[in-house]
Amino acid sequence: MTGDALVELEGVTKRFQRGSGTAVTAVDDVTLSVRRGEVLAVIGYSGAGKSTLVRLVNALEQPTTGTVRVAGQDITRLGEKELRAARAGIGMIFQQFNLLSSRTVAGNVAYPLKVAGVGRAERDRRTAELLDFVGLLDRAHAHPEQLSGGQKQRVGIARALATSPPLLLADEATSALDPETTEEVLTLLRRVNTELGVTVMLITHEMEAVRRVADRVAVMEGGRVVELGDVYDVFTAPQTAAAQRFVRSATHDRPSPEALARLREHHAGRLVTVRVTDRPRLQQTVDAAFRDAGTGAELVFGGVGEIRERRAGSLTYELTGDDAAVARALTALRDQGVSVEEEE
Amino acid sequence: MTVEFFDGFLSSTDVFVRAIGQTLLIVSVAMVVSGAVGLVLGVALYATRPGNLFANRLVFGVIGLLVNVIRPIPFVIFLLAVGPLQRLVVGTTLGTEAVTFAIAIAAGFAVARIVEQSLVGVDPGVVEAARAMGASRAAILFGVVVREGLGPLVLGYTFIFVGIVDMSAQAGLVGGGGLGDYAIQYGSQRYDWGVVYAALVAIVAIVVLGQFLGNRLARSVMRR
Repeated sequence: MTGDALVELEGVTKRFQRGSGTAVTAVDDVTLSVRRGEVLAVIGYSGAGKSTLVRLVNALEQPTTGTVRVAGQDITRLGEKELRAARAGIGMIFQQFNLLSSRTVAGNVAYPLKVAGVGRAERDRRTAELLDFVGLLDRAHAHPEQLSGGQKQRVGIARALATSPPLLLADEATSALDPETTEEVLTLLRRVNTELGVTVMLITHEMEAVRRVADRVAVMEGGRVVELGDVYDVFTAPQTAAAQRFVRSATHDRPSPEALARLREHHAGRLVTVRVTDRPRLQQTVDAAFRDAGTGAELVFGGVGEIRERRAGSLTYELTGDDAAVARALTALRDQGVSVEEEE
Repeated sequence: MTVEFFDGFLSSTDVFVRAIGQTLLIVSVAMVVSGAVGLVLGVALYATRPGNLFANRLVFGVIGLLVNVIRPIPFVIFLLAVGPLQRLVVGTTLGTEAVTFAIAIAAGFAVARIVEQSLVGVDPGVVEAARAMGASRAAILFGVVVREGLGPLVLGYTFIFVGIVDMSAQAGLVGGGGLGDYAIQYGSQRYDWGVVYAALVAIVAIVVLGQFLGNRLARSVMRR
């Protein structure tokens, strides 16, 4: 594997024994690496195995087969003591925050430092620094139940970063939050990555979270990673059905089946969708292809925006003209590397 | 009801006051001892439970069996049955000390279950978070689980307090001293209902006061 990988999972399978003797395979032969300094999102529906996958990284779960290396260290072979030391280098935040209700905000952030044997003065200094970073210095002496969900997660993030770990695991960190606080926490996670240089593994079922903070995304289905790529590539050209469903959930430039049915009522021609990427002069290429093939083209649906600061979108045209002309137009576009497909 | 109704009570107020003192002594010593014994057993039950921090089938099974067998025994019968052990430890089966010893043991097993249940109620997510931080199992058990479960634990102790007051009164049957003893010897055996009701009022007052303090303590621990 590449030298710049912070986390390397190799052929990892995790099976859980159920009561009746049947086994459930939560993670199925996954090989995946998280590069140093990136935000890797793992997206999947509930039951796809993503929460189990992230727990294999800090050995909260042991794999049935396969190896898990973090910073070059095979953490499936560590004794309890070494494992505890390794975990100090891996921060984790949770969907339900999992704050200690018997301790104050500052007490929560200081706890991992206490566990690591850091002295009181240094603990206090580091705690104040982290609370300042997440914008909660004024709530240091509050108790967790006095905080809003977004504030709780920010305390969770401060606590996870207390021991200055190079890696942060975020397990559905925004799933219990409303859209506004989700935004706030995602922005903070991005800052953790860019300002502190922490590598982040983000587990989520929300494609919007992927779009906002991730560099790469792994799509999980049935315990397997079915697609892996740069967020931009997966958004603009999802390969698998699972990835396409997720992309559709976060973008609104592709007509839904209902919208398609309405379009067909008013447009007798064939409906084709062109993927918009940041390739130069895309519009000119598309126009020329339609013109040269002799088809009429009417823009009926679509949108163009940005994914990871690059142009991305989708435009649906109604093409009029005989079948041969339409076929010529599609072939010409594909020959020039423009992704185009006919709506079913 | 006339003044005569309380004549017996009024002529034995010194005994009454002494009985209150004895009851308070029995109850507080039994609370402390059973609290400590129950805490150890309850924490052990929680920790050795299959799949938990110090999972140990044998220890969990033995303690669980002891608790399950001893806890349901009606106290009056337990009090008689524990005689040989009382003689061994306290030297006698009669009197306040012997009775306190018996109560502490019986209540200890009840406390064990209450402690275990309070700890089981602690959010497993918090335990997982502590594991993810690299905390040792002992640190998780005492620094996280027991601390997080302290509120319900105090409520549980308050609950057991009522049971201990109840046991202390039953101990009057074997001359254990306290308000139960007083109500029997000076009250029912002499058909003096004034004495019985005075004892009743005193017991109710102790229970109400104890519960009030327990609830307040639990609230301040839980900070709600």
